[in-house]
Amino acid sequence: MTYTDTILKSQRKSCGLCCTKLENFGVTIGKTEILSDLDLHIHCGDLTAVVGPNGAGKTTLLKAILGEIGHTGKLSFLDAKDCRRNPVVGYVPQRLDFDLGAPISVLDLFSACSSSWPVCLGHSRRLRERASASLASVQADHLLNRRLGDLSGGELQRVLLAMALDPGPDLLLLDEPVSGIDVQGKELFYNLVSDLRRQYDLSVILVSHDWSLLSRYADRIILLDRTVQCCGTPEEFFSNEKILRAYGPAVREDADQIRLGPKIIHRRGGVHA
Amino acid sequence: MEIWYSFVDHFLPFAWTHHTFMKNALLAVLLVSPVFAIMGTMVVNNKMAFFSDTIGHSALTGIAIGVLLGFQDPLWIMVIFSVLLAVAISMLKTLTGASTDTIIGAVSATMVALGIVILSRGGGFNKFSRFLVGDLLSINPKEVLLLVFTLVGVILLWGIMFNKFLLASVNPSLARSRGIPVRLVETLFCITTAVIVTISIQWVGILIINSLLILPAAAARNISRNMRQYHVASILITLTSGIAGLLMSYYWSTATGATIVLFAALFYLGALLLKPRFA
Repeated sequence: MTYTDTILKSQRKSCGLCCTKLENFGVTIGKTEILSDLDLHIHCGDLTAVVGPNGAGKTTLLKAILGEIGHTGKLSFLDAKDCRRNPVVGYVPQRLDFDLGAPISVLDLFSACSSSWPVCLGHSRRLRERASASLASVQADHLLNRRLGDLSGGELQRVLLAMALDPGPDLLLLDEPVSGIDVQGKELFYNLVSDLRRQYDLSVILVSHDWSLLSRYADRIILLDRTVQCCGTPEEFFSNEKILRAYGPAVREDADQIRLGPKIIHRRGGVHA
Repeated sequence: MEIWYSFVDHFLPFAWTHHTFMKNALLAVLLVSPVFAIMGTMVVNNKMAFFSDTIGHSALTGIAIGVLLGFQDPLWIMVIFSVLLAVAISMLKTLTGASTDTIIGAVSATMVALGIVILSRGGGFNKFSRFLVGDLLSINPKEVLLLVFTLVGVILLWGIMFNKFLLASVNPSLARSRGIPVRLVETLFCITTAVIVTISIQWVGILIINSLLILPAAAARNISRNMRQYHVASILITLTSGIAGLLMSYYWSTATGATIVLFAALFYLGALLLKPRFA
């Protein structure tokens, strides 16, 4: 089964969410102002990349959108008719901090997300098939019965992506989903996300440090450092003098790494991420 | 209860089942074991071993407050007190952002000290020592009924909330993105743990109640690969060590709770040795 079929099966009707609007958005924790004066307009079908130095508030922004942290200002989700609605939000965390020894299988985690039938009583066949199909869409169906602690970083992130996509979200939040994962793994992940948002009109907000990959996959790049410093299409973004001066070396370095990518794959002889 | 007595007389015609108190205790073990087994799995998942320990120790202060207020049976006061304490700890955790073990360490020691100070006033501490060790054999039919309600309550809670508990324990942000009110769910779990620990404390004893909660789950964790195996293993281990401990305490005339915990510890040791085969 191709993954588009399986997604179609598990997907609700195409998303009606048209934009996510942040107006005068700010987050203050304790006495520290982490974000302030944010004005963003995220359209559906857009992959918006958020970049910025460590401590710039990127993860905080995602957590505030999720509702985990309180915020000031306005956050509204509007559909095509400009009506407010509660969107289904998919979220892939930066790193799943969990106990590596915990006896949780991939299927357990998946079912816990998508049904209310207590996981400790086992899984219905219907759920097992649904999980398997969803995992197949991220090329991870062979991991179904593995223990979470036994997965590699890339495998775990793909499982989390599959979970974030079921049920079909209106808004997908990815928090450095592939940091620490090899180049092939990154490309596989970004290709999947990029295809999905085109087909299903997802709004995607992606926090990342992979400059060169962003320039290929993102529709819009936002430089965040306490507030929006710069915002534009990749072309605009990378031609911006200020950006090049501050991040030039990092951008070039990453670009080099990508150029090396195909060589590595060639040498390993068809190893898949 | 009559049905249970005749059932035991009919199917378990041994010397030890001639005593009514043993029949009561056996039933109590059969009821308490599953409760502790399934609660324990999630307590261990949430890394809350010290939390439940604190609740257990704080029961001392609960008893003291009950005595101060002049109640004969301080159980309800203890339950209310431990629930308040559970809420207070989880609020302290979110408000101060200090690490949980620091907060718990501070609270635990304070509560034990407070309890001892109040109870030992006038030199009458000895009559409360039954709470320290616990006496399962003294359980009466009315209290068994309370355990039945506890078991039903926990099973219902697990049926409705288990997936939410699990997600919140794996990753709060992930759970939040699934529309789960994480803080509420966590507090609910803390309260449930507090209630169950407090209810069982007079039969198991303050000193060892936490081991009964942690050991079976910790043992099961070593030999299981998914949630179902985890629960089944944990329940089997608790039931086996419960029954074995009850029997042996009868023949050795030892404290029942402690004997049960020793058997659970044996299982833990065994599971540790078996771990390489399962991991």
